[in-house]
Amino acid sequence: MSVTAIGDYRFAPRDAQANFHGNIVVYLHWEGHNSFCAALAFPLPPDMPFGAILSDLLPTCYGSHPDWAKIDWNAATWTLDGAPFTPDPARAIGAQGIGHKSLLRFWTPGLDGVGGSRS
Amino acid sequence: MNAPTPPRRKLSLKQRHALLTRGLGWDTTYQPMDKVFPYDRFEGIRIHDWDAWEDPFRLTMDSYWKIQAEKERKLYAVIDSFAQNNGQFGLTDARYLNAVKLFLQGVTPLEYMAHRHFAHVARHLRGVGPRVAAQMQSIDELRHAQTQIHTISHYNKYFDGFHDWRHMYDRVWYLSVPKSFFEDAVTAGPFEFLIAVSFAFEYVLTNLLFVPFMSGAAYNGDLATVTFGFSAQSDESRHMTFGLEVMKFLLEQDEANVPIIQRWIDKWFWRGYRLLSLVSMMMDYMLPKKVMSWAEAWEMYYEESGGALFADLARYGIRPPKHAGVATKEKTRLSHEVWCIFYNYTHAAAFHTWDVDTEHKDWLAQKYPDTFDRLYRPRLDLWAEQAASGQRFYNNALPQLCTTCQIPMGFTEPDDPTTICFRNTEFAGERYHFCSDGCKDVFDPEPQKYVQSWLPVHQIFQGHCGGAGMEDVLRWYNLNVGVDNMDYAGSPEHRQWVDWMRGRRIAAE
Repeated sequence: MSVTAIGDYRFAPRDAQANFHGNIVVYLHWEGHNSFCAALAFPLPPDMPFGAILSDLLPTCYGSHPDWAKIDWNAATWTLDGAPFTPDPARAIGAQGIGHKSLLRFWTPGLDGVGGSRS
Repeated sequence: MNAPTPPRRKLSLKQRHALLTRGLGWDTTYQPMDKVFPYDRFEGIRIHDWDAWEDPFRLTMDSYWKIQAEKERKLYAVIDSFAQNNGQFGLTDARYLNAVKLFLQGVTPLEYMAHRHFAHVARHLRGVGPRVAAQMQSIDELRHAQTQIHTISHYNKYFDGFHDWRHMYDRVWYLSVPKSFFEDAVTAGPFEFLIAVSFAFEYVLTNLLFVPFMSGAAYNGDLATVTFGFSAQSDESRHMTFGLEVMKFLLEQDEANVPIIQRWIDKWFWRGYRLLSLVSMMMDYMLPKKVMSWAEAWEMYYEESGGALFADLARYGIRPPKHAGVATKEKTRLSHEVWCIFYNYTHAAAFHTWDVDTEHKDWLAQKYPDTFDRLYRPRLDLWAEQAASGQRFYNNALPQLCTTCQIPMGFTEPDDPTTICFRNTEFAGERYHFCSDGCKDVFDPEPQKYVQSWLPVHQIFQGHCGGAGMEDVLRWYNLNVGVDNMDYAGSPEHRQWVDWMRGRRIAAE
């Protein structure tokens, strides 16, 4: 459908990938830990290896939570844009289907937030 | 010889009203009416008889000026006395003023925008009755903006975060929420604007904004805010009547208007409700002395009053807003989720948040027996412990935002308050994310409008907000870094307040 307007109404999307200086925007969300209020947004180079997200990026964001140090990454499950996903830490994020404005959600079994509150 | 002048009769009220409203209009002849009024047809709304418009308040411009001038005189007398008597000392606590900062930064600019756009509507509807009503409302809204600025300027002398609200409105991340709401409304046609602002906001939802703010002010010793609230109250009731009259007029003019209006009600109920989520946080978390909980306000002002309204409109074929049921499901979690967002990002806000004390937590547990102790108290306790050990939690990364409401995506699934709600859609090869079905349903019929969303987080990444570092962005916002932002505990205005109160205790002994 189109916008109800007095004339032709077409605009370029403001958040097209080309506007991010070579990066893509990737959203990451740790399920069951809602004291982090929302998924996190990062501008990332598509050739960045997935492993760097785990080793460099996420600890600086989630490390203050008492559950963070207890994560067993072999047991973690992931979805990418709604579909089950098995990340390969060695490969580039852009080479394993992670695109501009992709959403990655991950679950860490056995960790239910402070006092089981999912916080 | 001069003819004798006939004695001048005083006009009856009815005659005066007719002359000063309908009598001011005419059909143009040099130019066709469709060219003079180019905006009142393209939305598909059909009007057969503009004269069927019933002016609900029978107010003419000359008496309008008199009434408003009297209100102004009273208001400014109180404001002067508040300033002379150092009214700020009578507040319950300086934390209260953070709600007033949010009001000045987020609501006052909307009053000004409403002034501008009601002036536009007053020019562009071809019916004289609604034009006169829109003209008065335009002047009301300018008055509201002005009185709020004048009243609140007193607090700017002593407290932080009040100094550059108009600049912040165009830049600060959370102020893109009210800004985008209103810009969506003013870029629609005049009828959608009236349903959005006059009906959905002013009639259906306004009590959830003004009653909590003004009662909150009264409970917390803020005589200044109470006064502009009272001064605006009779205007607001006129605006509500206008909103209902617009709705009934459009519905009675043509049956083909009904589905168009229903779509606007669905959209603007949801957009207004998401905007008011900021009020839920104010009510439950920011008032030292509480009025009522958000859930109680929702029950009273939406479930009861709104229920009766939509029962009344059913005879026109109008049903309640599509996602009203979701809003009702969210009533026991909304304020907690929004407070969480602002606690996470207080380092980037022009007001403070803080750790909630035990008495306050107990009040929340009492008001939210099914959710608070189970879901929210543990996170507040964790944060308080972290703060006590010198590690106050601030979220180090930027949040994902909803494309429509532009609020960080912190809302949960309608039937599961422990899982964040993610919705998305694809349009022209691009992905778009939403916090709710309500926000996705706003985007899907008019994607071309929302692909332009100025999402603050993405704008920072694109390099349009002063730089890449947090401090660069805050300076671009014109925040006074380390003063306006961060936790209330230990802030300059906290220290000042403690100092003032210390002086007061000694003097009283």
